[in-house]
Parts: sequence; C-alpha cells; structure tokens
Amino acid sequence: MIPETGHFALILALMVALVQATVPMIGASRGDRAWMDLARPAAFAQFALVAIAFGALVTCYVTSDFSVLNVAQNSHTDKPLLYKVSGVWGNHEGSMLLWVFILGLYGMAVAAAGGNLPPALRARALAIQAMIAIGFILFILLTSNPFARLDPAPFNGNGLNPLLQDPGLAFHPPMLYLGYVGFSMAFSFAIAALIEGRVDAAWARWVRPWSLLAWCSLTLGIGLGSWWAYYTLGWGGWWYWDPVENASFMPWLAGTALLHSSIVVEKRDTLKAWTILLAIITFSLSLLGTFLVRSGVLTSVHSFASDPARGVFVLALLVVVTGGSLTLFAFRASALKGGGLFAPISREGSLLLNNVLMSTGAGTVLLGTLYPLFTDALNLGKVSVGPPFFNSVFLPLMVPMVVTMAIGPLLQWKRGDLAGALSRLKVAFAATVAVAVATWLLAGGAAGPLWAAGGLGLAAWLFVGTLIEWAERVRLGRCSFGEFLQRCRHLPRSAYGMTITHAGLALVIVGITGSTAWKTEHIQVMHPGQTVDVAGYQVTLDGTQDNIPGPNYTALRATFTARKDGKLIAVMNPEKRQYTMPPRPTTDAAIHTNLIGDLYVVIGDPDGAGGFVTRLYYNPLVPWIFLGTVIMVGGGLVSLTDRRYRVGAPLRTARAVAAAARA
Amino acid sequence: MIAKKLFAAIVLMAVAVGPAWAVQPNEMLKDPKLEGRARELSKDLRCLVCQNESIDDSDADLAHDLRVLLRQRLQAGDTDAQAKQYLVDRYGDYVLLKPPFKTSTLVLWLGPFAFLLVGAGIAAAYYRRRTATAVAADPAVAPLSEAESRRLAALLEDDKKS
Repeated sequence: MIPETGHFALILALMVALVQATVPMIGASRGDRAWMDLARPAAFAQFALVAIAFGALVTCYVTSDFSVLNVAQNSHTDKPLLYKVSGVWGNHEGSMLLWVFILGLYGMAVAAAGGNLPPALRARALAIQAMIAIGFILFILLTSNPFARLDPAPFNGNGLNPLLQDPGLAFHPPMLYLGYVGFSMAFSFAIAALIEGRVDAAWARWVRPWSLLAWCSLTLGIGLGSWWAYYTLGWGGWWYWDPVENASFMPWLAGTALLHSSIVVEKRDTLKAWTILLAIITFSLSLLGTFLVRSGVLTSVHSFASDPARGVFVLALLVVVTGGSLTLFAFRASALKGGGLFAPISREGSLLLNNVLMSTGAGTVLLGTLYPLFTDALNLGKVSVGPPFFNSVFLPLMVPMVVTMAIGPLLQWKRGDLAGALSRLKVAFAATVAVAVATWLLAGGAAGPLWAAGGLGLAAWLFVGTLIEWAERVRLGRCSFGEFLQRCRHLPRSAYGMTITHAGLALVIVGITGSTAWKTEHIQVMHPGQTVDVAGYQVTLDGTQDNIPGPNYTALRATFTARKDGKLIAVMNPEKRQYTMPPRPTTDAAIHTNLIGDLYVVIGDPDGAGGFVTRLYYNPLVPWIFLGTVIMVGGGLVSLTDRRYRVGAPLRTARAVAAAARA
Repeated sequence: MIAKKLFAAIVLMAVAVGPAWAVQPNEMLKDPKLEGRARELSKDLRCLVCQNESIDDSDADLAHDLRVLLRQRLQAGDTDAQAKQYLVDRYGDYVLLKPPFKTSTLVLWLGPFAFLLVGAGIAAAYYRRRTATAVAADPAVAPLSEAESRRLAALLEDDKKS
C-alpha cells in the first residue's frame, strides 16, 4: 500500500507540475494576476506530493519491504539504519526521486521566500521549474519507477555495495544534488528573464543567493566525495579525474564562473547576456553530470545503447533543455542591453578573465570526459584520457587565475590601476618569494621539486593578497582601533565571504601541492612485532585479530602503534572487511592526523607465512585540502547571510512599519 | 562473440570488486631508483580492463601482469620512453592515460586552446564594441570639438615640459 501511495503521489505531482508549468506562464504573458499567483500554491502542492512519494520510498527501505523491486535490489535487513536510508539514493531510480524531491524543495523555497519578486518573474520562474519537474517525473514514471513490485518477494535483499556504506558517501549524493538542482534556480530565472527581455541589478540580486547556496552545497558534496575516496579507497589519493568526479566538477567550474559574473551584473549592470548564458550552461552541465553518473554511459557506450529506453529519454531531455534554452538565448540575447562600460584592467575585467579561464576549464573537462565516448562511438579507435592529460591542461589555466585572484579585488571598478594594485601587493610578493625559497631549501635545495616551491609560493600569494585586500578595506593599522572595529562591523558579509573563500582556496592549494610533492609510501610484508620507519614515525605491527563480527561484515583488524622518538603517538586499527551481502571485501584505513600531515595505515592480505601485506603512507598537508574546502563553504555561507540577499527583507520592514503605524 | 562479451562483463565485475590493492611487495624491484621509475611510469599507463584506472592504482590481474612486464623492461635496460613504447606496441595508444598528439586526438588536444581563444575573442569583441557604441551613442562622451582638441593638445604639451 505504501509504495502505491508513493507512486500515486508522484503521478499527482506530475499533474500539478503540468498546471504549474502552463497556467502561470500564460497568466504572465496576459498580465493576469490570478493566473500568475497560481504558481505559488502549485509549488507547495508539488513539493508536498513529491515529499510523500519520497517518504514512501524511504519507508519501504527502512521497513525492508522486499516486495518492492528497488528495495530488494539495493537493501538488506542487516544494514545499519543510516545505510538503509542512504540506500534510497544509492541507485538510479531512488536517486532520480531524490533529485525531483530537491527540485520541489527549491520550488517551494522560491514560492515561500519570493514575496518581493515581481509577480510575472516569479510566475515564469516557477513555471520553468515545473517544466523541469515534468521532464524528470516523466522520466521516473516511464523508465525508472522505484515503486515497481516484485512477486514473490524474496526473503532478503541483495544489499548495498559496501563501498557506499560509509557516512561520507551517505551524504555525498544529497549534497551534490542540492548543488545541481540549486543551479536550476539560476536557470529558471535566466529563462524567465529572457522571456521578459529584462536583466538588471535586481534580477542578479534575486538569483545570487540561490546560486550561492547551490555552489556551497556542490563544493561540500565534491569535498565529501573526495574525502571518502581518500580514506576508503586505501591508497591515500583524493582526486582521480575519474569521469564520475569530472561530472560534478564541470558544473562547479561553470557555477563558480556564474557566481562571479553575476557580481558584475549586480554591481555594474553589464555582462548580462554572458551571465544568462553561464546560467544555462551551468544547469546543462548539472543535468549532464546527473546522467553521466546514473545512466551507465561511462562504463560502456554499448551497454547504454543496448538499453535504449532510458538513454533516449535522457538525451531527449538534455536536447530539449539545452537546445531549447540556447535557441531562446540566440533570439533574445540581443535585447539585453549592457549598462556600465569598463576597461580590460578593472575589477570587471578581472572577473571576466576569471570567467574565461573557468569556462575553458569546464570545457576542457567536458571534452576530456566525453572524448573516449566519441571516438568509441565514431569508431576512431579507443582512447584513454586520464589524469596526466587533465593535469597538463589544467595547471596552465589555474596558475594565471590564482595570480589574478589576488590582484582583481584590489582593482577599481570601470578602470583599474594595475601598477597601484601591484605596489599594494608588495608584502604578498615578498611572502611568495620567501615561502618559495624556504620550501625549496627545506626540500633539499637543487634536488627538491621546484614546482612544489612554486605551488606553495602561489598559495602564499593568494593568501596574503586576500588578507591585504581585507586589511585595506577595514584600514587595519591606519586608523584608531575603534574605527577599525567599526569598519570590521560595517564591512558587508559578502566581502568577508570573498576573503574567507579565497583564503580557503589558498589552503587547498597548499594541501594539493604538499600531498603531491612529498607523499611517502612503504609497501611491504610485515610480521607481528616488526617496525617500519615512515617519515620519522616508527610504525609497529603489534598483531592482528581475525573474524571480528560487524553488523553485516566480518573484519580482520590489525593493531599498529606509531611512535616518534620512543614516545607513543597513536594506536591505529585498520581493518579489512568482508561483507556478507553482497560478498565483497573493503579496506578501512586507519588515519592519524596532526593537521600537518596524515599517517595512513592499511592492512592487506596475509602472505601465508604469518606476515601481512601492509601499506604505510605519510600524506603531508592532505588535511589542508579538506580544511580549506570547509573554509570555502563557510565563506560562501557567510556571504549568503549578507543583508542584501535576505530575500523580502525590505518589503517586510515596510509592512512592519505600516502595521506599527496602524496600531 | 557473446561468450567474449560475457567474459568481459565478468572481468569488469571482478575489477569493480572492493578497493584497489595496486602494487604488491613481491612485485617491487630491489633497486629503489629503478622501482621509482617504474612507479612514475605506471601512473601514466592504463589498466586496460578497468574504468580509467592506472596500473599503479589497479588490483586487476592484468594490471599486475603489466606492472611486472614494465619492471622486466626496465631491468633489461630500457629507457622510460622505450619501456612505454614497448607497451604501446603491444596494446595500442589505449594503454596511455595521456593520449599522444595525432589525428584522432587533434580535437582533444586543440580543444582547450580553442575554448580559450573563443573566450578571449568574446571578451575582446566585448571591449571593442563597448568603446565603439559608447562613443557613437552616448552624448556624454561625444567626440571632442576642435577647441577642446586644441586645449587638450596644449595641456599635454605643458605636461611634457614640466
């Protein structure tokens, strides 16, 4: 009964979406307020119905209802509750339902918080949201129904891939989808603006918080995925340029460009057509990312083609969304007259440069990810595009960008003074040189990796440059302490957001450089009692214990002790687990971190003579990657609390004043 | 044909199982310098039956065989380039994670430059059009009158003298 309720609610949600997509749109073109205002209750109803559907599927998972095919294929009674719930989105059908659920959530948020939006813009944006919902709900109902029954119901389910049974990965898909779907807001507003033929500073101000929220979620989602890869895949890597990772990285790059260009629209009323185009591209890449991961096209073009129902639908949806919006853009973009002028050397100019580099990056990742599929499909032979390709293309793009990141915020709007900005960055330049030289000397002089010195120098440039910009804005050391505090208080939150996020990126660069340049690795067979030296730590294998029962696995657990100069630093217990359903082995690395670096210990197979294969790593500065990512997200959230973006604030104040006057 | 496909599917499933174990202690060379070269090289070589994994990261049997083969070549005195070529001769360009520059990869390698050029072109066109339309359309920045031009020239002269 519960799955049927969910199925029925989803069909009803489709009906509501059909109404929401048409009536307010017609109302907006006719100027009929009643028709336009239908969008808001429709958005609420659509969310409620999708929430019922989603809740029904979650209930099926939690109660282990194996008469539902999807549950039987992806769950098991022995799974801990967290992974029963996360199993909902650990598969194609369920993840599509999560996607629609989050889409409904955003739609409802606009309906609830968009009180100060012009009615026509709100009606059109919500109608376009509903059109996206129609596409996705139809996709679920026609090709990927999660509520399909199974008769007879099996005694137990097939279980979830044990690699996915991990807290990091349990929350990874919802965060990613909050990001992907969040960019649908920018998309809907962009299309609505194209229909109206008007983009102005107010429009940018309405769109920006949604893009910012999406960007924060996507950044956190990518960070969670990377963190998960770091501690579960068992050899301490954190980014592989895997197509699945690239799928989430493309919208991130485009979305970052969108965030920056929408600043220009808001402050200077220009770069409008470009911003609209970026909104379309970002959401298209989000769609592409969703489907690349879920459709199986990456595994093999042929397996994709052999089950064409989903594939054709997916392609059709992509063509309609991307093609349709780009066609609209081609017709209407010329109507978007730009306002403010600016010279190449200016704040706008630096943001435009950021946009060009970010978009080139996104295009490169897209090309590299899809190229093997193209050559395979066109019979041009099989091509591998792996990390060495991406690294060699990405580095030359990102270095000038990071260099500009310190300079751009110091330039004035319209026409900047490059020499002046550079002279204000003298301290940053000195720090760069000092850090680079110190790194080079500490890493062993001529023998040390020169590029690592460059990497840390670049991070210092960005970090100090960012702090200089903040210090100048609050006149640190150039005015009385009281005035300084006053300025700190009055500096807009969005300015703090930029400072924090850019500084966070500097930490990420430190982490990337350090872990790539100075990672040490020891692979050997160890017998209990044996000690190996790892980057100044003495790591001893004390012993192992086999057949330790877990909820749905048995584990081989090893006990290592790490000492430094005879002093005990940590007792570490890596595990090698054998899951029962599905029967698969996983590794559970033990990590000891002191925030400068991670000691990373993995236990492997026995060698048959009392010894075990062990892998001991020292991963210097890796914690900085994740710390930096969290700081970047934090900066985004700080920016989100900026007074200007509190949607509806001015209107509500006016109403409150009126109410007070009446009382 | 079907049997071959089935086999490929089974191999893929076996590969997808569990975490990668990659390099095993018994594969490693005694000479740390040679082993270091082998590790660097294996990062650029693809495990042919895996999804985008290098032979350095993969635990597939084939990756193991390729790692051993690579080390044999290095021990036999091959240079890095020769050892790589040896594998390319046997397995084709597919084994290289960084595809070589040739006709079939032209678009891949030139693509990023094309993107950059298009981006730069849009930006340049933007700056040019902006200045042109601004001067033409905006009365506030109408061209200088003759008197203004003369005065500007005089001021610039003064500037040079001082």
